[in-house]
Amino acid sequence: MKKGLIKKIAVAAAALCFTMTISSCGKAAGTGDEESVTVGLLHSLTGSMAISEKAVSDAEKLAIEEINTAGGVLGKQIKFIEEDGASDPSTFATKAEKLIDQDKVVTVFGCWTSSSRKAVKPVFEDYNALLWYPVQYEGMEASENIVYAGAAPNQQIVPAVEYLIEQGYKKFFLMGSDYVFPRTANMIIEAQVKAAGLEVVGVEYADMEQTDFAAIISKIEAAQPDVILNTLNGSGNVSFFKQMSEKNYTSEDYMTMSFSIAEEEVTAIGPALLTNHLVSWNYYQTTDTAKNKDFVAAYKAKFGENRVTSDPAEAAYINVYLWKAAVEKAGSFDVDKVIEAIESGEISFDAPEGMVTLNGDNHHLAKPVRIGEIRADGLIYEIKSTPAPVEPDPYLTTYDWAVAAGIQPLE
Amino acid sequence: MDQLVTTLFNGLSLSSIYLLVALGLSITFGQMGVINMAHGEFVMLGAYTTFCTQELFANFLPEQVGSIYYFAAIVLAFFVTFALGCLLEKLLISKLYGRKIDSLLATWGVSLILQQAVRTIFGAQGVNVNAPSFLKGGLAVKGVTFSYNRIFIIILVAFCLVMVWLLVNRSRYGSRMRATMQNRPMAQCMGINTKKIDCITFGIGSGLAGIAGCSVALLGSVDSTVGQNYIVYSFMTVVLGGAGNLFGTVIGAAIIGFSSIFVENYQSASIARAIVLLIIIIFLQFKPSGLFTVRSRVLDEGV
Repeated sequence: MKKGLIKKIAVAAAALCFTMTISSCGKAAGTGDEESVTVGLLHSLTGSMAISEKAVSDAEKLAIEEINTAGGVLGKQIKFIEEDGASDPSTFATKAEKLIDQDKVVTVFGCWTSSSRKAVKPVFEDYNALLWYPVQYEGMEASENIVYAGAAPNQQIVPAVEYLIEQGYKKFFLMGSDYVFPRTANMIIEAQVKAAGLEVVGVEYADMEQTDFAAIISKIEAAQPDVILNTLNGSGNVSFFKQMSEKNYTSEDYMTMSFSIAEEEVTAIGPALLTNHLVSWNYYQTTDTAKNKDFVAAYKAKFGENRVTSDPAEAAYINVYLWKAAVEKAGSFDVDKVIEAIESGEISFDAPEGMVTLNGDNHHLAKPVRIGEIRADGLIYEIKSTPAPVEPDPYLTTYDWAVAAGIQPLE
Repeated sequence: MDQLVTTLFNGLSLSSIYLLVALGLSITFGQMGVINMAHGEFVMLGAYTTFCTQELFANFLPEQVGSIYYFAAIVLAFFVTFALGCLLEKLLISKLYGRKIDSLLATWGVSLILQQAVRTIFGAQGVNVNAPSFLKGGLAVKGVTFSYNRIFIIILVAFCLVMVWLLVNRSRYGSRMRATMQNRPMAQCMGINTKKIDCITFGIGSGLAGIAGCSVALLGSVDSTVGQNYIVYSFMTVVLGGAGNLFGTVIGAAIIGFSSIFVENYQSASIARAIVLLIIIIFLQFKPSGLFTVRSRVLDEGV
């Protein structure tokens, strides 16, 4: 009796496997037909990065939907296959390979953390595929097979420090989470501050899971900085700002300039604790362009009135349109031809943040830089912006102080 | 001098937080011997209960009573996690007594389920718990600021500690509980319903985690992984202090809390963590069963 049951299950399982193979074969062949073309979306849908990456994957879907309504790319509708990177770099690598090799997608929009990007980079290079990456990062990279739509350090960190120096801040305290982005960022900031003849009075790294900032706050008190440059990521920000406020400190006592706090994070930390603190990005929900009004309205209409748009979501949205522009210039979905189109340096897009142009040499975007102030309503308002888009310089080769300090990628 | 006072206060505060999280564990792990990996998730659920209470009060009650929501949250968090603890004990843990590795794996599974459930309901970004108005800011005494939050947590811990001590050592229920944990067959012979005792004891341990959740919500973020940040330290506290000994847990928390803060004053946070672990490892080399040990038949038998 029992044996019979097991046999039945085995047969059923075999049949299931067979049908699955058949159907996945069907899918693999379907990278697109006469009417459609398939792209891959690769973000964390589960795990600790899920909510951040959900916003960028939503923005990509919005762009795809808009393009499809307007007639598609080269007359083809865009279909997408979404895979879950599960906040884990090795899963990202596996899923990237699956999308490229098995699903034969024409391009992939994906990743958020630097570690996930570094994990998939060799996969895209080996298969000669193309990844569109949407988040500001630490720079020191320029792969043939990646387009970086977020800010390079000279489009976020360097202008922010310039602004602070201009405003007369003299003593800088650097604080960040202990991983590659904050460590590289702080290396850059230290070189820049010292070159301006000013002083870095302390550098502190918090553990990723750190919940108690009492010791770091007393070190800040002892160092007496004018401004704190904050590269904490994730929940550390909440603990830090809560524990600053319980000591009655506001932006009047210690001004902070944060590089990982966008609209989504402001909501989670609580606007009251962040009022008047500074951030640096290329785009805010409040950015005053006609394109942005449409973008914010479309985003809220599709995903809910209480959702906010942020810099990474906007960059993800840009990516899809840039890919469309590159494909149309190339007249083909073929990766080599698309890369050739990208490297012509003539791909640009009138984005919510303003006109952006894809730099053919390093695959980064020329984009405007905006220093913002967080206000009590939880939104970020621009207080200073660059008059023209800033050319990307991921290796900081055009900055004498950076060359002199010999800044190298941390591997 | 100011520096020293601040450091001592920070150390006391950190110790009290570790102690509050470990207190429940000293009952479920220390007394009952259950390795409950979901303990951190009960802390997380306590924090989310605080958030829900805050939202309920903000939406349905007039503003004047707004800040007393926090007291209601403490009571509610205790009962919510108490109920869930009892449920977990009945459905899962009671089937796994004496199978430590199995219960470790099963409760770890439960912790993952609870994390994902919270992420699905509330979103992974985390929610915002505001300190009630009477706990905002701090008391400045001659250049040193003592935050009201932390003072309140220290008082809350002291209160919980006294209550647990009274419950275990001075109440009728406590003597039944100790009897059950020390010699189960004999306790059963004496007419004690040991299954009920197990269930309630586990519930109380979980309820204390809920209260800890209320207090950590004041200090940091409330998201699905908040419990994970405390679970390792709270196990270390209980192991260092000696399983099954309340006083040991207090000393264990003090050693970990004060040494973390002192080391971090001179070193980075990551090094501080490593050094504290090193201290614990060296310590356990000489005192493998912790600072204070309880002699009982259960431990003699090595069950």
